[in-house]
Amino acid sequence: MAKTTKTLDDVTIRFAGDSGDGMQLTGTQFTNTAAVLGNDLSTLPDFPAEIRAPAGTTYGVSGFQIHFGSTDILTPGDTCDVLVAMNPAALITNIKMLRDGGTIIVNTDAFTDKNIKMAGYQANPLDDGSLSRYQVHQVQISKLTGNALADMNLSTKFIDKTKNFFALGMMYWMYNRPLDQSIKFIEQKFGAKDPQVAEANLRVLKAGFNYGDTTEIFTTRYEVRPAKLPPGRYRNIMGNTATAIGLAAAAQKAGLRLFLGSYPITPASDILHELSQLKHYGVKTFQAEDEIAAICAAIGASYAGSIGVTSTSGPGLALKSEALNLAVMLELPIVVIDVQRGGPSTGLPTKTEQADLLQAMYGRNSESPVCVLAASTPGDCFATAYEAIRVAIKYMTPVVVLTDGYLANGAEPWMIPDVSDLPSIPVEFARDPATFKPYARNEETLARPWAIPGTPGLEHRIGGLEKEHITGNISYDPDNHDFMVKMRAAKVERIANDIPLQTVEGDPEGDLLVVGWGSTYGSIKSAVNAVRARGTSVSQLHLRHINPFPRNLGEILYKFKNILVPEINNGQLIKVLRSKYLVPAVGFNVIKGLPLQSDEIEEKILSMIGGDHA
Amino acid sequence: MPEVMEKDVKLTVKDFQSDQDIRWCPGCGDYSILAQVQRVFPEFTHKKENYVSISGIGCSSRFPYYMDIFGVHGIHGRAPAIASGVKMANPKLDVWVATGDGDGLSIGGNHMIHMLRRNLDIKVLLFNNQIYGLTKGQYSPTSVLGQVTKSTPHGVIDSPFIPVSLALGAGATLVARTMDRDPKHMQEMVRRAEKHKGTAFLEIYQNCNVFNDGAFFTFTEKETRDDHIVYLEHGKPLVFGKQKDKGIRLNGFTPESVNINTGKYSASDLLVHNENDSTLAFILANMIHNPQLPRAMGVFLCDERATYEDELENQIARVKSKKGEGDLQQLLDGDETWVIQ
Repeated sequence: MAKTTKTLDDVTIRFAGDSGDGMQLTGTQFTNTAAVLGNDLSTLPDFPAEIRAPAGTTYGVSGFQIHFGSTDILTPGDTCDVLVAMNPAALITNIKMLRDGGTIIVNTDAFTDKNIKMAGYQANPLDDGSLSRYQVHQVQISKLTGNALADMNLSTKFIDKTKNFFALGMMYWMYNRPLDQSIKFIEQKFGAKDPQVAEANLRVLKAGFNYGDTTEIFTTRYEVRPAKLPPGRYRNIMGNTATAIGLAAAAQKAGLRLFLGSYPITPASDILHELSQLKHYGVKTFQAEDEIAAICAAIGASYAGSIGVTSTSGPGLALKSEALNLAVMLELPIVVIDVQRGGPSTGLPTKTEQADLLQAMYGRNSESPVCVLAASTPGDCFATAYEAIRVAIKYMTPVVVLTDGYLANGAEPWMIPDVSDLPSIPVEFARDPATFKPYARNEETLARPWAIPGTPGLEHRIGGLEKEHITGNISYDPDNHDFMVKMRAAKVERIANDIPLQTVEGDPEGDLLVVGWGSTYGSIKSAVNAVRARGTSVSQLHLRHINPFPRNLGEILYKFKNILVPEINNGQLIKVLRSKYLVPAVGFNVIKGLPLQSDEIEEKILSMIGGDHA
Repeated sequence: MPEVMEKDVKLTVKDFQSDQDIRWCPGCGDYSILAQVQRVFPEFTHKKENYVSISGIGCSSRFPYYMDIFGVHGIHGRAPAIASGVKMANPKLDVWVATGDGDGLSIGGNHMIHMLRRNLDIKVLLFNNQIYGLTKGQYSPTSVLGQVTKSTPHGVIDSPFIPVSLALGAGATLVARTMDRDPKHMQEMVRRAEKHKGTAFLEIYQNCNVFNDGAFFTFTEKETRDDHIVYLEHGKPLVFGKQKDKGIRLNGFTPESVNINTGKYSASDLLVHNENDSTLAFILANMIHNPQLPRAMGVFLCDERATYEDELENQIARVKSKKGEGDLQQLLDGDETWVIQ
C-alpha cells in the first residue's frame, strides 16, 4: 500500500506505560535521535515517586513527553499530538494531555479485563466509542515483540521488557527517523556484556520499525525537518547534567578543586551522580550522613581552599539553613543548588515547583543576605552554576542556585561553549601576614580576604559569633553589630554592579510586561510570542539574578502599564517585586507540579490587556 | 620540589597561645585541657600553619579561639562535618575537633558516629562534664540516672551514653579516656591521638565547677582516685589501688576486681591489656556499669585502618591513571555532538 509523507513544523509525543515498561528510556532514545537530527526540542519526564508500583495501576504510570520541531521549541508542549499508551492505566491517566483529534497508539495486548478494571474503566475504552475524538491505532505490541524473538528461547518476562523498543521502532518509522542512534546505544550498553540481550533489543527495535512500514494501519509518515538554530556545535543536555558540568568547569577555570557534599534527594541526586564520575577532573564528592553534614563539609572544604558546593531539594535546603547562615557569617564562598520540587514537606518529590524562592531569600534566622540565582532552561543551568561559583568567590558569599524538577530532568539542544571563551574566575588567597586582617574588606566588592590553613603567619579564628569589623574578633558591641549587619547586606548588594543589566524581550515599554524567573521561561515566551503575533504591546522579562536584582529592573518595570508575574507557586517573586518597587503586579499562579501551560498564560495576558485582542 | 611538611623552627607553648582573653569560668576543667594541648603541641612535627581546630557550640567549643592556630567555631554539633570537609579538601592539615558531651553526642551525635566509622585522620577532644554548661545547667546525654539539673528537677530518667562504648561501636580506630586533673596522663593521651593515623577519640572527664561540680571527683581526687581508677597500659596487667594490691581479672567475659595480696590470686591471674583487641576494648568500656569496678583510663583500642581521605585521593589517582587527566572541553562536549552551519 502506498504511504504518503507529510511535513510538520513540530510534534509532541507522549510515551506512557508502567514504571517497569522503560518509558523514560524510550523517551530519552527518541530525544537523542531528534537532537542529532537537528530538531529543536524540549522534554518533560513525568514519573511517580514510587520506584515500581504494582503493574497496571494508575499510580504506577510513568510518562515522558517530547516536543520537537523545525521551529523554535520553547516548552515540552501544553498537550500532545500523539499518545503511546502501553496499558489501560497509561491511557486513562494521560488521555487528558492529548489534543482533540490526536493520535493514540495502544498496546492492545495489555487491555485485558483485569487491567481495564484496575485502571478504573467500566468497559474497554477501545470498544465503547469513548475515544471517537481521536485516531486510535491498535497494535498487538506484546505479541509482535514475542514473534520477533520467537526463536531465541527467552523468558516471557524478558520478552515483555523489550516491548518498549517495539514502540520506539514504530515511532521512528512514523517520524521518519533513522535507527542508528538507538542501535549504537544498544550495542554500547549490552553488546559486550550480554550479546543476547543486545540482539533481542535490536531485533525488537527493527521489528517495530518494519511493522510501521508494512502494516496497513499506518497510512501516513511525517517529516520534521531540522530547526534553524544559531550556528554552532550542539549537544543534547539535561538540567542536572548542565549544572554538574557548569560547576566542574567553573572550578577548573578558577584553578580550584571542586568539593561536593551532598545527601541523596529527588530530584537533585543526579548532580551527585554526575560529579562522582569526574574524579579525573579532581572533583571530590562526599555522600554525607545527612543534609546538614553535606553543607558543613562543603563549608569546611571552602575554608580549606576548595570551592565547596552542596546540592539538594527544598526539604534539604530547610535542613541546611543554619549552616548556610554560618557561611554568611564566615563569609566563605559556597554554592547551594536547590532543585526545587513540589512541597511543602515531602510534597510531590518527582514533580516540579518554584516555591522555594522565599526560602532561599529569607528562610534563615536573623538578617541573612545571600546571592540567589535561577536557571531558566536545562542548558541555562550550565551558565547559572558557572556564574554562581564566580560570584561566590569574588564576593566571598554563599550563592543559592534555584533550578527545579522540570529543568533537572528536561532536555534541550545546547550550544556547547568553547572552554577558552568561558569567563575567567580569578582567585586570590591572602598571603601576607604583615597586612592580613580576617575581616578587612576589598573596597570594590566589600569581600573579606580568603585565608586558607597552611598559609604561614595567617593563623586566625573565625566563627558564627558576631565579628568585629576588620579584626574578626568576637564582638558584642551594639554599634559593631549594626554595622556588620548592614555591611553583609551591602556586600551582596554590590553584586548588582557586576552583573549584566536586565534585558527585555519585545518593546522596552508598553501595555504589559510579563516577568518570570526559572523554568517558566519557555512557557511565558511561547505565550508572549503568541499575543505579540496578534499585534499586542506585550513584552517579556526573565530574571536570572534574583538577589540582588539587576540595577535597572525598577526602571524597566515603571515603563509598563501592567505587570504580570506567572509562577509555579502561590506568589513569591511577586511579593519581592511589590515590596521593592511598589508596583501593582498581578500574579498568575498554577501549582500542579507541572510546567505552566503557555495557553493558560496567553489567556491571562489577553484578559489583562482586554479590548479587541481577547 | 615537594613541599616540606615538617617544621624547621622550634615552637613553644607561647606559639600556641592566642591573644584572646579566656572567658571560661575560673576553676573550669577546660583550662587544664587547653594547657595540656598547648604544652604538647610544640613536641609535634607539623608546621604551625598546618594545625586547624574546629568546634561546635558549648563551653568546650570556645577552644579554637584560645589556640593560635587556624580555627573555626562552627554551629551546634556540626564540628565533625566541618572538620571532615577541611580534611578531605586538604589532607595534609592536622585537624583537631573540640567538642563536648552535648555538642558531640546529642545534637551532633549523627556526625560524630559517621566521622568515626569513616576514619578520617581527625583528632577529637570530647570534653565530658555530664552537663550543659553554656545553656546554664540542663542535663546532657552523659548525665547519670537520677541527676538533678535545671531541666530534670526530679532526676534524670534516661540512661546515659558511655562515650567510649559509643565510639567503639561506631568503629573508631583510637579510643581513649583521660581526666582534666591528671595533666601528665592527658598529655600522654594527646600525644597518642596525634601519633594515630585515623580518627582518634579522646574522652576527657572535665569538671564543670559551676553546674556539676565534683562529678568526677571519685576518679580525680587524691583521697579516692587510686582505688577507683585503673590505668590501661598495653601489654601490662590491670593493677590498681593505693598499695597496687588490686587488679582486674576476667571471669569468662566478665571483669571482676580481685585482691592479689590475699594469696588467692596473683598478678599472673590478671587481665593483660591489649589495645589492639576490640573485643577486650568493649569489655573494658562496659566496666562502667559495675560500680564495684574502677574506671578505666588510657587507650582502650588502637586499630589500624585506611583513612577516608587517603582512600579518596587513591581513587582519584586510580581514575586519573586509567582515564588520564580530565579534559574540560571533552566534558562539555559529552558523548554526541552535531554542528549547525
